[in-house]
Amino acid sequence: MAHEIALECRGITKTFGSVIANNNCNLDVRKGEILAILGENGSGKTTLMNMVAGIYFPDEGEIVINGEKAVISSPKDAFKYKIGMIHQHFKLVNVFSAVENIALGIKDKKGYNLSRVNKKVVEITQRYGFIIDPEKRICDMSVSEKQTVEILKVLYRGADILILDEPTAVLTPQEIENLFGILRRMREDGKSIIIITHKMHEVLSISDRVAVLRKGEHIATVNTAETNEAELTEMMMGKKVDLNIRRSEPLNPVNRLEVSGITSTDEEGRKILDDISFTARSGEILGIAGIAGSGQRELLEAIAGLHKLNSGEIVYYTPETNAPENLRDKTPIQIRDLGVRLSFVPEDRLGMGLVGNMDIIDNIMLRSYSKGRSVFLKRSEPKNLAEQIIDELEVVTPSANTPIRQLSGGNVQKVLVGREIAASPSVLMAAYPVRGLDVNSSYTIYNLLNQQKENGVAVIFVGEDLDVLIELCDRILVINSGKVTGIVDGRTASKDEIGLLMTKSVQPEENLKETEA
Amino acid sequence: MGKVSKKLKSPPFHIAKRGETTWYYGIIVRAVAILSALIISGIFITVVTGKNPLIVYTTMFDGVFGHIDRVWDMLHKTAILLGISLAVTPAFKMRFWNIGAEGQVLIGGLATVMVMLFLGDKMPLPLLILVMTCASVIAGIIWAFVPAFFKAMWNTNETLFTLMMNYVAIQLVAWFLKFFVKSGSGVLTPMHEYGLPVLFGNEQLLNIIIVVVVTVALYIYLKYSKQGYEISVVGESENTAKYIGINVKKVIIRTLIISGAICGLMGLLLVGGSTHTINTEVVGGRGFTAIMVSWLAKFHPIYMILTAFLIVFLEMGASQLNMVIGISSSISDIMTGIILFFIIGCEFFLRYKIVRTKRSKEEVK
Repeated sequence: MAHEIALECRGITKTFGSVIANNNCNLDVRKGEILAILGENGSGKTTLMNMVAGIYFPDEGEIVINGEKAVISSPKDAFKYKIGMIHQHFKLVNVFSAVENIALGIKDKKGYNLSRVNKKVVEITQRYGFIIDPEKRICDMSVSEKQTVEILKVLYRGADILILDEPTAVLTPQEIENLFGILRRMREDGKSIIIITHKMHEVLSISDRVAVLRKGEHIATVNTAETNEAELTEMMMGKKVDLNIRRSEPLNPVNRLEVSGITSTDEEGRKILDDISFTARSGEILGIAGIAGSGQRELLEAIAGLHKLNSGEIVYYTPETNAPENLRDKTPIQIRDLGVRLSFVPEDRLGMGLVGNMDIIDNIMLRSYSKGRSVFLKRSEPKNLAEQIIDELEVVTPSANTPIRQLSGGNVQKVLVGREIAASPSVLMAAYPVRGLDVNSSYTIYNLLNQQKENGVAVIFVGEDLDVLIELCDRILVINSGKVTGIVDGRTASKDEIGLLMTKSVQPEENLKETEA
Repeated sequence: MGKVSKKLKSPPFHIAKRGETTWYYGIIVRAVAILSALIISGIFITVVTGKNPLIVYTTMFDGVFGHIDRVWDMLHKTAILLGISLAVTPAFKMRFWNIGAEGQVLIGGLATVMVMLFLGDKMPLPLLILVMTCASVIAGIIWAFVPAFFKAMWNTNETLFTLMMNYVAIQLVAWFLKFFVKSGSGVLTPMHEYGLPVLFGNEQLLNIIIVVVVTVALYIYLKYSKQGYEISVVGESENTAKYIGINVKKVIIRTLIISGAICGLMGLLLVGGSTHTINTEVVGGRGFTAIMVSWLAKFHPIYMILTAFLIVFLEMGASQLNMVIGISSSISDIMTGIILFFIIGCEFFLRYKIVRTKRSKEEVK
């Protein structure tokens, strides 16, 4: 076939210390195609692409662009070869407008001329169908708009090969469709697009070919049209796995946590939480869906006693006696002293849930160290618990004395979740507990949440993958800009329905009717 | 494209992260670093002064170990520097940048001197020593508490605050000397009769013993006590501390009280156990040197013995050089600089390695 190859990686190897990130990877991308790179976390997708984009330099192997061998030792070199990468974490100046960000750092002979940049940006947006106001400042933009600016930035610099690292992780279903439309138009324009992802259905819907990586090795590249989810999963995992989440019927649900009308504002007086009310029941998983930054974090932190509220009540019903206990304006210690067994797996694992430089035992001890009257620490119990968690949750670690930051993301999360569950909670809150985790670890976490649910715990699960939310949760609370826009049943809800609620404008009444219809 | 291919050449080396290393690797790297630092310093000294570096080093060694008095002096100086370094360590572990040790020690010394001067003839010596101890420790605590309180309540910048407190302490000492020294000379005659007890006829022994006790106590406190654990958690991540319900404000204030108390105690040892008088230079910058000692030892009280010794060795060796072969004592500052550069620089080799880029065959031809 007369496919023109745009980029070829030959025998790329990269090691970090004793960790082999990529081992002899061979990969090619054709002109005018969308190639998906699929692999679990830690399979070396991002490392490989970082080498193409000039962030790392390969230990071995070579990169060939348009038939010519290329040496890419900096992102600048990458641009010379017309390669542009859109990273997971945006690198934009918040107080600058889109155009200013795009113009930033471009050195050409024509000098700094914003209106010229603006003209070219408008031209690009029209060609590919971007929807963006180039004059808008980054800090006023939504995540999806910021991503658009990042894409525009590389297109402006004339990139012909675009690499997108997990671009859909932060987008709503509608925004994803929009992005995919743009990617398809770019493909028609002859650009080569590499999209890194671990979401199977996206791979199938957008890509022409799929390259599967496993443990740093390139397993195969297949035509998307000739494969299916099961085959890809098997290639990705190296074995057959069952990707169904079982969902049992809630057993005797009783109200455990009643949140009514809680409102809070930030330093500038903007509302972060706006009159949020819901009930979490025992033996039930309550999902919380919303665009990133809609107040999910603050909501959970408010319940945990870490976020100050302006108004509203948080009432907890003690399991044995059903006696109500108001948790508002209480500190975490006061909540614990009341006998409220509240466990919280925060979004920021190493910055909040755990201490990266401490070992597993000391991290396990965080929850229990203050018990007892002795001024000295007792490390024997946490040590046993740590060993038990390592054993039961199959945490991969050299020992219980290993600093937690040296563990992989999945193992870090197992330690955190393990510790929180070990406190035998009656309410378990988990914010994005599977973010960045590989498929196996994710399912371990889902199973743990399900077990807790079956034990009669009220589980609150903040998630971003709508497919998972729908499969796992009994009810799903959707919030947008700190307001509840709907509560749907996990068994009957559709992704589109939740997606619309996530982006539903908060004030207008007609939107409300539209979704009800 | 053509332009690019002309420059086609892989870089010969690149930097790669090092994985787990063995314990002896760390020791070898550090030993090589110190050795290289000594060699470089030797070359430097020879080039600048024309002296034989071997003679320079033997002179330095002689200046520290050449006589039993010098050894005691070295032990005492190490003890005082170590004590002040221990004092700043809990705060540093908590990421509270206390650079006010100088002032906290000085004010502890001032409190001691004032007790000696005003109460010395009014009570028996044991009681006087008790009052001196309390006064110096409380003074040190106050000097550390004020910035800690403002930090905890209003998140003020502790670096500036503690620095400013140094000047307040220095000026207070200057004022004290101006108004309370009856002769008007501004020099307070040493009051040997009111000092700390002299053990076995050795003036320095008590100070050294106290610092050894403090070292062990602080090591245990930081490693095995609940409060020490809280300090680590607050230092590593304030968010984690809040999340598990540690009262961060309380920990900040409590830790600085400990920090200040040890500083005050060092003021007592320095004045009550050594100089028996005070001037604005009595601490002599050790409040700042202590930061380096603590940092180089990665806040580990036991390693600090070594780093404190290293600094004292260089200092005493240099003054011997000055005396015997007339090399300016600033040479010790330069040597300290070179050694620090190597010690800090060798951390790079503990974390990364330099790898030769393997080239493909076509490129080699």
